[in-house]
Amino acid sequence: MRSFVTQLPARLLVAIMFVAVVYPLVWMFFGSLKTQEEFLNNSAWSLPQEWVWSNYASAWTDGNLATYVRNSVITVFPALAVIVLAGTAAGFALEVMVWKGRNTVLLMFLLGIMVPAQMILLPLFTAYFEIGITGTLWPLFITYCAIGLPLTVFMMATYFRAVPREIFEAAVLDGASIYKAFFLVGFPMVRNAVVTVALVQFFFIWNDLLIALTFTSSDDLRTIQAGLLNFTGEFGQTQYGPLFAAICINVFGTLALYLFLNQKVMKGMAGGAVKG
Amino acid sequence: MERVLGDRKAVLVLLGPAMLVYTLVMMIPVLVSLGYSLFDGNAITGFSYVGVDNLTRLWGDEQVHQSLVFTIKYALVLTTTQVALGYGLALLYVFVLKRASSLIRTLLFFPIVLPTVAVALMFQKFFEIAPNTGPVNEMLLALGSEPMDFFGSGMSAFWVIILMDLWRSAGFYAVLLYTGLVDIPEDVMESARMEGASTFQMIRHIIIPLSMPVLLSSLIFSINGTLKVFDSIVALTNGGPGTETAPLTLYMFRTSFSYGDYGYGASIALLLTILSLLFTIFVFRSARRDVTEA
Repeated sequence: MRSFVTQLPARLLVAIMFVAVVYPLVWMFFGSLKTQEEFLNNSAWSLPQEWVWSNYASAWTDGNLATYVRNSVITVFPALAVIVLAGTAAGFALEVMVWKGRNTVLLMFLLGIMVPAQMILLPLFTAYFEIGITGTLWPLFITYCAIGLPLTVFMMATYFRAVPREIFEAAVLDGASIYKAFFLVGFPMVRNAVVTVALVQFFFIWNDLLIALTFTSSDDLRTIQAGLLNFTGEFGQTQYGPLFAAICINVFGTLALYLFLNQKVMKGMAGGAVKG
Repeated sequence: MERVLGDRKAVLVLLGPAMLVYTLVMMIPVLVSLGYSLFDGNAITGFSYVGVDNLTRLWGDEQVHQSLVFTIKYALVLTTTQVALGYGLALLYVFVLKRASSLIRTLLFFPIVLPTVAVALMFQKFFEIAPNTGPVNEMLLALGSEPMDFFGSGMSAFWVIILMDLWRSAGFYAVLLYTGLVDIPEDVMESARMEGASTFQMIRHIIIPLSMPVLLSSLIFSINGTLKVFDSIVALTNGGPGTETAPLTLYMFRTSFSYGDYGYGASIALLLTILSLLFTIFVFRSARRDVTEA
């Protein structure tokens, strides 16, 4: 009994926080099922009169969400593969292998974490324009690869530092080449770290707006975030139902992924922040 | 062994791809961007050399002053509040809820993974006044007061932005700081308690000093992120009303891509970079001093 009373303020606090996080999302979900008239005439607290699932269909097709999602998928995942593979290999070369100047190179990557993306946008824009790839998704893909590398290299180097050197030395003594030592010994040993880093980078890139806005000139090239930002404009006046449906697709899609991977995401993002 | 682990060719093969992309797409552009700040014009019209004109223009530009003040105000307010709130939550998790904290920890964490644009649009509609009255204004009406146009003044828009960012990030900082707090050895706390230390004394003399490293990381991480804020503000207020909530990043974006003024845009980007560096160094140094004092 006593513990219940002393715990009461804490329980109340937890309840308030729970509502503060969950209510906006619930409200948005109900909103995605309302008609335009309900938005304009009924109270914002009211439940939808009828569940208008067609809002989702119209967001997906009329709102072009399908195109935006496709664009995001075909730039983000290949970029992610490049970041993880090149970043892990670089981390291995910088931490496990022994050569002069490796600390300097690591420091250079570290600097890249600090530099704001704004510092590279203009020269890249000019370069992409001159190569003639501005009307494609290539600029996005290339920029994402580069933006993700510094943190990945740095984090992977830190993870490799935690692996006992004797393991690699033993592998080499047994006659493994350096590539075998990397692919068959090093990579599997940091497999968990690779997943973590990939997740952190995925959320960074998937949620990016700055680069997506800079390098996508036409509607057909927009990523999901850039598309969502311009969503209101598509219909002239704000169409609340479809807009809310589009937000819901974006939010609950991410949420599903998060719930699926939850422990890894929390560890990874928190870990990434400390190391960055 | 030396020969294999020190194989130059292998270093090149493994490090090469990352190095190449990093150099071509980040390092060289940073240098070119530095160069741009001495020029006027853009990729399409061509550039003309203007020397330090852009830098003197920065000095006298009202809009730069406004954006700079906004950026610093936003960064300071948000960094302080989100780290403080996160720290409070972390203390709550570790010392009050203990094992029962796992569910609420997970729940409060997840907003950070949600797309910023989606969250910002949601908050925009949540605080909307017309044509659709959002829940917040409905509540004001129900309480008998006038509905408020939150995005009609720079001041209230600023606080909605802060509120949204706290909603997004407090749980994230809580988890970050939580990992630092659970690392504090139990026997240190136990002996302090036996010596008769009060809760406040415990926090002041044991918990804060021992969680200083992770607190410092959080502050640096937070200040770096907040100074570079772009996505959330663009989607929530788009810098409005007028340009009252436009941070340097947005001003840089507009100068460069709406007005095609690359030279001046690059100068603003440079200002932003210097600002980030200064703040990081400042946090680092003041925290160091604190640790040696304690």
